[in-house]
Amino acid sequence: MRPKFEMLDNPLIERILAEAFQLIKDPGIRVAPYVEDLLRGVGIPVKDGVAHIPEPLARNALQSVPREFFLYDRNGSPAVHYGGNHVHFDPGSSCLNILDPQTQQARPAITSDLVRLIQVAEMLPQFAAQSTAMVCNDVPAEIGDWYRLLLVLWYSEKPVVTGAFSAHSLHTLIDLLAIECGGREAFRRHPRAIFDVCPSPPLNWSEFASQNLVDLARAGIPAEIVSMPLAGATAPVTLAGSVVQHAAECISGIVIHQLAQPGASIVWGAAPAIFDMRSGKTPMGAIETAMLDVACAEVGKHLGLPTHAYMVAGDGRVIDAQVEMESGMSAVLGALAGINMISGAGMLDFLACHSIEKLVIDAEAIASAQRLLQGIEPRGDSLATAMFTQTGLAGDFLKLKDTRALFRQEQHFPSPVIDRGLPQMNGGGILDRANQRVEELLSAYKRNPLPPDREKEIIAFAEREGQKFGLKRVGEILSRVPDFEGALF
Amino acid sequence: MPDDIFSLMRDSIIAGAPDTASYLAQKAIADGTAPLDAINDGYVPGMHDVGEQFARGQMFLPDMMASAEAMRAAMAVLDPELKKLGADRPTSGVVVLGTTKGDIHEIGKILVGTLLTAHGFQVHDLGADVSGEKFAAKAQELSADIVGVSALLTTTMRNQKTVIEALERSGIRAQVKVMVGGAPVTRRWAEEIGADGYAKDAMSAVALARELMSQKTGPPTPEPIGSGEVV
Repeated sequence: MRPKFEMLDNPLIERILAEAFQLIKDPGIRVAPYVEDLLRGVGIPVKDGVAHIPEPLARNALQSVPREFFLYDRNGSPAVHYGGNHVHFDPGSSCLNILDPQTQQARPAITSDLVRLIQVAEMLPQFAAQSTAMVCNDVPAEIGDWYRLLLVLWYSEKPVVTGAFSAHSLHTLIDLLAIECGGREAFRRHPRAIFDVCPSPPLNWSEFASQNLVDLARAGIPAEIVSMPLAGATAPVTLAGSVVQHAAECISGIVIHQLAQPGASIVWGAAPAIFDMRSGKTPMGAIETAMLDVACAEVGKHLGLPTHAYMVAGDGRVIDAQVEMESGMSAVLGALAGINMISGAGMLDFLACHSIEKLVIDAEAIASAQRLLQGIEPRGDSLATAMFTQTGLAGDFLKLKDTRALFRQEQHFPSPVIDRGLPQMNGGGILDRANQRVEELLSAYKRNPLPPDREKEIIAFAEREGQKFGLKRVGEILSRVPDFEGALF
Repeated sequence: MPDDIFSLMRDSIIAGAPDTASYLAQKAIADGTAPLDAINDGYVPGMHDVGEQFARGQMFLPDMMASAEAMRAAMAVLDPELKKLGADRPTSGVVVLGTTKGDIHEIGKILVGTLLTAHGFQVHDLGADVSGEKFAAKAQELSADIVGVSALLTTTMRNQKTVIEALERSGIRAQVKVMVGGAPVTRRWAEEIGADGYAKDAMSAVALARELMSQKTGPPTPEPIGSGEVV
């Protein structure tokens, strides 16, 4: 039996959905001019930029969403299974700062930080996907979106959870992914990336977000709605009320998306949080935030849709017991809730900071959560009596063949980041062990190059895109990246 | 009698009771209490108390928002009376506040406005998605001391610079201090765009605003004697 965790019963889910359908009709959803004709075309009234979506039309859109789909790795093998109770994790995304590995103080992230994070995440099987994890502050902001995706594609073979900061850059990112996959059709057939698209709470699909939804659907690229109600600030203070708003934002986004291209892949995703009434902060590690994540996903599952949530993040400013308690707790809850993609590992300080050391510690929490999901299995006809038949009351279980045959299935063995009293773990705290683990993973990492013609195309793309912003020396910027120099010059 | 009503005024602010605050203001005027006395001895001490309780973590944001609402209700009665007397409300400084162009997020900025108000600043909140030109025009119209520009997104953070450029174009940059804040904003960014200060949260914004005012006018006065207002 696979263990699971639920926050809502069916009657409450039905109430949540009933109110969500009510909200999308009245007061309605603010939408951008870009999608007004699309909505009016099927008879949805749009007045003063507000769409009033009738429930039957919304239910039709929900019906046409694929119940499952895959993201593929660089080799074209399915690597992430969206749908059902499949659970995957990826690092948090789009962070501005990093905890410096030497000083453990936050500072603006730069290219070499992102490259290190990608390489470490590539080495950790706990992460089924990469993310465009950090904004590189050492390159001009205008090229930031494609630059960080390019680095991920260069150093990783895993699928990517990414997103665009503008309507324009979405198409640049799609061009880049198409080059990496060997053409648009290849990318469409075996998508390696999924794009996060965020409504603005409450109940607003902005110009840029509306456009991304439509353009992704038409390009045949999976989209992941990341609705972010902040309970008490940009959403009702009650958790149930925020889940209603989340559902309304997701359903209305799905209506826009499915009208643009029925049957296009889309994920019911969430990054909700409570709003701390003392500090005005949005604690990602609060238990109520995890409760919101789980509840939002449950509503999506009830509708049969693929799901996502933002968890495994802590709020302290340094790697300490608080941060890891919060991260570990939400990793377990997210896994038990059967959320398909759980983003956020590595992040702390209210998502303002990334840490590669935290990423490897979080990976241990994730591995434990993954073990938990396997549950307790009966192995063989007897649970215990057959082994007692062999040992009698002497109880020499260590000598049994069954012990040797089964212990690897029963026990998860964490990396040396977790102190299990092994002789080599003499002193030092978890941060020391995490530092050491990061260095070991980086030493073991070996980049698998792309085919030479695709590498050349990617570099030509970078030069071309850089020149659009008057940057004549993109090659020089890229040459700062380890392993890039040889490919460039 | 005045002491009693001042005490009730203070309590109406702490309790976040706009109807009571408004009623007491009307009663004070009817009873012949000077509007400035009602402000300085009744309502402002209430807002000070609120600000201090919030800083100590003893008051919560919804309570503080209600207090600001009560203050607004009282001032809606007292401001016209002050004008009739030809008096001006003393203030710690005039602040024009807004979220930058392209950004619709207001929470952080509203908190800053409320806390500045609680500490005696006169705050004019332009709302969200505000162009540099609009910031500059309002600052010019009010002869503002400080312009505060908030941004939540890395993309819209860049527009904080356009506000400074607009102030320069309108020729009032030298007269106005610019403070910036928001989730992605850093001290380094503030320096890079030529802002005068950066605040990491709402409480720091109050300290920063006081510091900027002392740079403008010399050492700070002991206590703000007037009240601010979120317009």
